[in-house]
Order: sequence, then structure tokens, then C-alpha cells
Amino acid sequence: MRTLDTLIQGQMATIIDFTDDFLSLKFIEMGCLPGEKIRLANIAPLGDPIAIEVSGYLLSLRKQEAATIVVKLIPENTIESCVIS
Amino acid sequence: MSSPNPHITVALIGNPNSGKSTLFNSLTGLNQKTGNYAGVTVDKHYGSFKFKGIDYKITDLPGTYSLYPKSIDEQVACKAILSEKNPVDVVVIVADSSNLKRHLLLATQVIDLKKACVLVLNMIDEADKNNITIYQNELEKLMDVPVVAVDSRNKRGITELKEAIIKAKVSDSIFYDFEKQAQLLPESNSYKKVIESQFHENKSGLKEFELADNIHRFSKINYIIAKCLKQPVQIDKSVTQKLDAFFTHKIFGFAFFFLILFIIFQFIFFVAEWPMTLIEEGFAQLMNFTSNLLPKGQLNDLIVNGILAGLSGIVIFVPQIALLFLFIAILEDTGYMARASFILDKIMRRFGLNGKSVIPMVSSVACAVPSIMSTRTITNWKDRIITILVTPLISCSARLPVYTLLISIMFSGKQSMGFFNYQGMVLMSMYLLGFAAALLAAFVLKHLLKTNEKSYFIMELPVYRKPQLQTVSILVLSKVKVFLFDAGKIILAISIVLWFLTSHTPSYNFENVEKGYQIAIASAPNDSLKQNLEAQLQSEKLEASYAGILGKKMEPVIHPLGFDWKIGIALITSFAAREVFVGTMATIYSSGDGENTETLREKLMAEKNYKTREPAYSNAVCWSLLIFYVFAMQCMSTLATTYRETKHWKWPAIQLVFMTGLAYLSSLIIYQVLS
Repeated sequence: MRTLDTLIQGQMATIIDFTDDFLSLKFIEMGCLPGEKIRLANIAPLGDPIAIEVSGYLLSLRKQEAATIVVKLIPENTIESCVIS
Repeated sequence: MSSPNPHITVALIGNPNSGKSTLFNSLTGLNQKTGNYAGVTVDKHYGSFKFKGIDYKITDLPGTYSLYPKSIDEQVACKAILSEKNPVDVVVIVADSSNLKRHLLLATQVIDLKKACVLVLNMIDEADKNNITIYQNELEKLMDVPVVAVDSRNKRGITELKEAIIKAKVSDSIFYDFEKQAQLLPESNSYKKVIESQFHENKSGLKEFELADNIHRFSKINYIIAKCLKQPVQIDKSVTQKLDAFFTHKIFGFAFFFLILFIIFQFIFFVAEWPMTLIEEGFAQLMNFTSNLLPKGQLNDLIVNGILAGLSGIVIFVPQIALLFLFIAILEDTGYMARASFILDKIMRRFGLNGKSVIPMVSSVACAVPSIMSTRTITNWKDRIITILVTPLISCSARLPVYTLLISIMFSGKQSMGFFNYQGMVLMSMYLLGFAAALLAAFVLKHLLKTNEKSYFIMELPVYRKPQLQTVSILVLSKVKVFLFDAGKIILAISIVLWFLTSHTPSYNFENVEKGYQIAIASAPNDSLKQNLEAQLQSEKLEASYAGILGKKMEPVIHPLGFDWKIGIALITSFAAREVFVGTMATIYSSGDGENTETLREKLMAEKNYKTREPAYSNAVCWSLLIFYVFAMQCMSTLATTYRETKHWKWPAIQLVFMTGLAYLSSLIIYQVLS
């Protein structure tokens, strides 16, 4: 099981599930739905928090919060055909 | 909506960063006020405009991501829209055109409340720039409410919006998951009832419903987006990416942040001094003028030394508040503030603080008052309260004259040791001590404070935009107004109390003493003798006053710290502002008005303790006093501002007790060890 906090900068992934009930409600209203494609856009200079591109905008979150999002990595060679909308 | 009602109430609702406030400013201009929602610390922005002979009263609700509130701000917005006491006639839903998918979530929720609505596609210029096309007619059909494209920054579409408000309608579309509602919350038979039930009790099934409902909504929104939106395959984000690469860079990011801090610091510390001096001199002249104009006596004294002096002490803060908020408004409006928060979060969170706590904390080196006001940008309640509570521990500019006087007594005659200058080192360590105490206190409070609000750092990083003159100036203006009228009232009241304490005496025979002095002054052969007698009179007057009596009564309490009753009086008067310590000591030691601290220093150094005959200002006393001024809460303006910003006397009371307690203990230890 891969979680969002383990991605490296530039990697893309699909949201699969959430492991924290309260945070999942927050994530969903911020547009992070299961099936949504995301990209790890930025990592703060001290390694935490991180910023992801989701649903056409940038969202920052702490690593411990990112660890509650289960994702599936999108292999590099298929990124060309992926669009974050 | 055509209504015979001459007042139509309109509420603006939208996500944070939807450009809602800019839109509000465009609609109302300067016809707006800032107030407070009952019982909470959220600012209420309301205003009015007239259109086609009808008056509209409009409220700018706090930003919210949905009608399932997760913070106090969001709760306020949600409750305001449901309010039956102050019903809203028309809801204007503000959505960011270039981020429509996420913004439509709230829009569909509000529409489901069955209120007359208008949907605003705000920042349409940004969508145009990104080649996003929105088929407005199609969207209007699917949402079943009037849809208006607005560019509130350039004031395009504002008239169209006003027209649309007249035509606002209750939508016939339904977006909520009524099957889930029937299954999970059968007794709440409408969406409005579901939303209302959140505020009554902890209902089971609500969380499950929220999850299912929002997912259901997004599936509908995806359909709407597919029908109404045409956007390029990849939106060009290179500008944001490049700027982010710089502002969140390991080296440049921090360097830029420190540069910003440095500039803010320069402005509120040095640039503000110029208008502050003008205000001070202006009030001094006004006081002089009034004092000569009115007949001598009690009333004259009250107006000049009580009220005018108090007002001067309030207005003096305006330059610092205005300058700090000028910078904060620009940093917020450009989108930089979120980045500063992003790069600093990891360090600050250890102390129970927030990335956004840094600017208030550093600004309080100038003054805690504007700093406490600027904590409004911290959306998390606990982080904000901690920042407010610890900020006054940082040494402000009012402490500087006290530090300088004491340090000059301690080190007078001592040679500096080569490169190092003792006085400078001690001064610097006082500032560092303040910072360390603030961080430590924050760390302790992090574990002590309990909150119902869940702490998280899930925050949007908005796109970079040019700052807007109107947005910035309205914010600065409203902050100055809030300070003058809300905190100002309390400061004025305390000033008058302080004036009474220092100018009145319970002793009946003091009048004779004063008369005796006046005769002596009138018959004094030369000016310098006159001045000396005048100074002695003031000194005796202060000693006989209520403050003087209080100082003497306090002596047993402050004696273990090495302080006598004279210092006691100065501790009381310092409550007006810490630097008043110097002026009060000057009055007590009848060495003039405190402008010339050289004579005061000499007098203090010559002073012998009236019991022990030892020098009264030994190193132990000076250190103890110095430490006391670093930690103690002695500033009525800070307490008044804390009250204004927390809307509860509990927080200034905690500030007063914990800071003064800390000061007492530290001074006690220092004095007992050194003496």
C-alpha cells in the first residue's frame, strides 16, 4: 500500500482511498476524491509540508496528513496521456 | 426577485481565495463596516449599495469550503446563511472561474438550501488568460440560477451582477443525495434540515452522509463541467511554478522571507517614528492650548492630562498598525503569505505555532498591539491564541528606554572590553531572552490548551496575483478603525483611571503643602530655583497620590525583588506604556521631565536605600528590574487589544497573570542570587 507522502517530486498518482475519517472529509471537499489524479508539485525546503496539484490547483498539506491518503503510482511512461483537471 | 421590501439583504458566500472580498469591495466601495459575530472572534464585514432605487444590505461571509463546517469561520458562514433571526433574501455564490470544479461543491450545497441564489463566475479574466471557456447559458440551465461572469479586480460585470441579484431565484435543480439522506437521516427531510441538524447535537450518520453526499455531488459536478467547460489539455502553470521554485527554495526562499521581515521591521520601527513624533507633538500642543484655554482646576486637569493624554496614547499606535497591515495585506493579496507559511511550518509547528505566526512575532519587536491584531491571518484557532498569548513576551520598543537607563546605570564607568561592548551585549541578550521565553511559553501552551477544532495544515496555495490598491487600502483602514474604536475605548478608560491615581490624593492637608510650594515658587529669585521647586512639588504630589500610596503598600510584595516603593509607583504608571517608567522615575527624583536621562541616571546612582544605606540601584536591583521588564505584562493597550481580538476577558487575564508571575519569579531568583 503506497501513501501520498512517499511520492517524490514530479511523480503522479491516482487517489485510491483514505485511512483517516476526519481528514477524508476535509480532503474530499478540497477536491481530492478517489480516482482523482494528482501530482507532487513541491516539497518545502525542510522536507515537510508538501504541495500537490489536484483538480487544477495547488494544495499544501503536512506529510503526516499525506500519509492518510492511499495512492497508486502512475508509471512515468504513461504520464504523457494524463491530464489533471 | 421583485420585492416591495425597501431593504434587500444579500450575503456573499464562497471559498477562501474566491476573490469574494474584492467583489465585496467593488460592490460597496467605502460603504462598509467591520463588526463582530456574537460570541466568536470572527470579523463581520457588512455594507450597502443602492441600485435602481432599492437599498441592498450586503454581508461578506467568512470563506468556507462547504456547508459542513470544519472551523469556527466556516461555522459562522454556515449559520449566517441559515439564520432565521436575520434572514438572507439573496445569496450570491462566488466561485473562482479557473477553479470551477472545486468551487461548484459549495455552490450546489447552497442551491440545495432552496434560497434565492445568483452564481458569480469570479476572476473571469484569469480563466480567459488560461483559455478556459465557460458556456454560461448551459451552466445557467443546469444550475437553474442566474449566472454572471465578473472580473471584480477590474470592476467588469458588477452592474450585471446587480441586475442578476434582482432576478435571483430559487433553483429547481437538486444536487444532494436524497436516497442516502432517507436512509441515514430519515427525520431530516430536506437538505436544509440536514445542515441545520449539525448544530444541534452530535447526530449519528452525519459523517457518513457528508462523505456520501459530497462524492455524489462531485459526480454531478463532473457532468456539469463536461457540459459547460472547455479547457486546454494542460493549463500553463509555468509562472506559478517558476515563482514557487524561487519563493520555496532552500536558500532564496528563506533569504527572501528574511528580507521581507527586515523591510517590515525597518518600517514599523524607524519609518513609523516620524508620524509618531508628529502625533505626539501635535497632542502636546493641543494639550497645552486646551490647558490655557480652560479655567484652571479639576476639569481642566481631567480633560488635558486624563482624556487628551489618553487619546494621544491611542492615536500614537496608528502609524505602526497602518504600516504593518499595509505589508500584510500585500503579502496576502499576492499569494505570498501562503508560501511563507509553507516554508516555515515545520519549524513553527514544534512550538505549537503556525508558519503565519512569524510575522506577528517579529513585528512585536516594534509593538505587540499591531502584532496581535495581525494574527487574524492565522485560521487555526489554537495556533492563533498561542501566538496572541506569547507575542507580548518579545521585547517591544517601549521597553528600550527602560533597558537603556538600567544598563547605563549598571555599566557606567566600566570600560568596554576590546571589541565587545558590555552594554550592547546585555541589551541584545534581553531581546534574545524575550524571544526564547515566547517560544518556550508557546511550547508549554501547546500541551496545555485544549481545543475542539482539529488541527491540520490542509491549505490552498493560491495563484500569484498583483496586489490591489483598493483591497489593501480598505484592509488598512478597517484595521485602524477597529483599533481606534474597539481597543481605544478600553485604553481611554484605563488612562483616566491612571490619571486619577497619579493626580489625586486622599490626604486633605496636601492642599496646604501645594500652596506653600506655590508661594515659594512665586517668590523664587531665579528661574533655576523655580524649576527645582516645581520639580520637588511634582515629586511630593506623586508620593502623596493614590499611586504613591499604592506603591508604598506594594513594597512588602516587591521588596524580595529588591524594589522600593518608588519603583512600585513606576511599575503602576508603566501600565500606560512601559517607557513611562523613565518619566515617572524622573518625577519622583525631581530631575525634570525625563527628557534628559543623564541627570536621572546620576540621581539614581547616588540614591541610597533608606533602610540599609547601601546604593539603592545596585547591580542586583538593576538586573532584577531589567528581567522584570522583559517578562511582565505591564501594557494596558496590549491587554485591550488581546480582549478585542479574542472577545473574552479570560485571555488578557491569563496573559497578565502568567507573564507577571513569570516576571516576579525570575526577578526574585535573580535578586536573591545576586544580592
